[in-house]
Amino acid sequence: MSSNKPQAEAALFVAFNALLIRDLHVYFRSRGTWLNPLVFVLMVITLFTLGIGPDPSALSNHASGIIWVVALLGIMLSLDALFRADFDDGSLEQLLLSPQPLYLAVLAKVLAHWFITGLPIVLASPLYSLMLGIPADVIPVLALGLLVGSGILSFIGAIGASLTVSLRSGGLLIALLTLPLYVPAIIFGSQFVQSAIEGWPLMPTFSMLLGLLIGAIVLAPIAIIGGLRLSQDT
Amino acid sequence: MASWQWFHRLGSPKWLSGTIDRWLPWVLGLGSVLLLVSAIWGLAFTPPDYKQGNSFRIIYIHVPTAIVALAAYYVMAIAGAVSIIWRMKVADMALRAIAPVGAALTFLALVTGAIWGKPTWGAYWIWQDARLTSMLLLFFLYLGIMALHDAYQNSASGNRAAAIMSLVGTVNIPIIYKSVDWWSSLHQPATLKFTEESTIATEMLQPLMLAIPGAYLFFIAAVMMQLRVQIARNEKNTRWMAERAAQ
Repeated sequence: MSSNKPQAEAALFVAFNALLIRDLHVYFRSRGTWLNPLVFVLMVITLFTLGIGPDPSALSNHASGIIWVVALLGIMLSLDALFRADFDDGSLEQLLLSPQPLYLAVLAKVLAHWFITGLPIVLASPLYSLMLGIPADVIPVLALGLLVGSGILSFIGAIGASLTVSLRSGGLLIALLTLPLYVPAIIFGSQFVQSAIEGWPLMPTFSMLLGLLIGAIVLAPIAIIGGLRLSQDT
Repeated sequence: MASWQWFHRLGSPKWLSGTIDRWLPWVLGLGSVLLLVSAIWGLAFTPPDYKQGNSFRIIYIHVPTAIVALAAYYVMAIAGAVSIIWRMKVADMALRAIAPVGAALTFLALVTGAIWGKPTWGAYWIWQDARLTSMLLLFFLYLGIMALHDAYQNSASGNRAAAIMSLVGTVNIPIIYKSVDWWSSLHQPATLKFTEESTIATEMLQPLMLAIPGAYLFFIAAVMMQLRVQIARNEKNTRWMAERAAQ
């Protein structure tokens, strides 16, 4: 028995890696999945500046809030695709039936989705920070906050995605379910940027963001598994 | 396992339906009396507040509804947990019954809070008050759960989805409350903090002590009535329901 144990542990991560790589392949082959959220974010930021007016000081005053809300919307709107295709072609059912632990499978799926939607939004953050007139030395802080925060948004949003995957019209319902849960992330996220702009200590808000991320990674898969299981009942 | 009998009985829609019929008049009657007495006492016989004058009297509606609205969420989440763990039909019905009542109470707490805010703060809505903002988020959570219920054609799946969502909300409510508290205190020093509740005079507190249990009883009565509708809808094809309807 004892000699089998390391092998079993290795097999766990073989399945995790296989699922991660498979999902990344699928996403990369459809350009819309990673490009659309990014284009959406850039467009909405353009609309915000048109709505607020061209005054640079008014824009930079609201920049942290705007960027966080827009990033949140971009990630949230892309979440409907997280389990949808797998649900439609039946591979989700196979995943639920497989002997591998679902916890790791869910982690792999959400991580792959984050690589494709959250990470591009983080990587493009210098671009739209400059559009909104955020000071250049704050941009790394904003990117770091978004890096942690987009993970929180992906994991919490995946709960909404799993609960609505068997419904034909899940999009708006995901928003209704997840937006109240996003409140802590957006508060600490935009506070983090604000602290950098004002020169306040960064660690308190950053540790709160990290704590939220850890909590989301540990707890959200439990709810996601429940949601995915019930999607097979209908 | 005689000690668990009450719990197993709770799982029987027939037993529950009969119990509701027996208890509802008493709960509703006592709740109405308590609410009525506390309202008359609070509106007519307590002295006006030295700072807020008569406008503080809305406390006798606002505070009980706010307390019960928050408690209702936790009762609903417990029903959700019972439904997930033991798959009890009655727990699903209770979850369905509590959601609209809780949402209505939250809405009432928000409206009375806004009405109270106008004479005291000079504005209907003040974002600096963390409690107002977190009540609004609680209202959104209720609405999300109700929308999730309605979205499913298959009511069994809808119940399960709502149960999971109510538990997710339970984990999040304290985090949301704390973060909103942090957010509002960081933006504005606590100049507008309400301190009435802790420093309230005894004459003002007495009617409130009647109004809070009154609101709880009213909530229980409203949930009982909702539950009776849920039971009738779910058990319409059973024999006992047909016998009851024939009586």
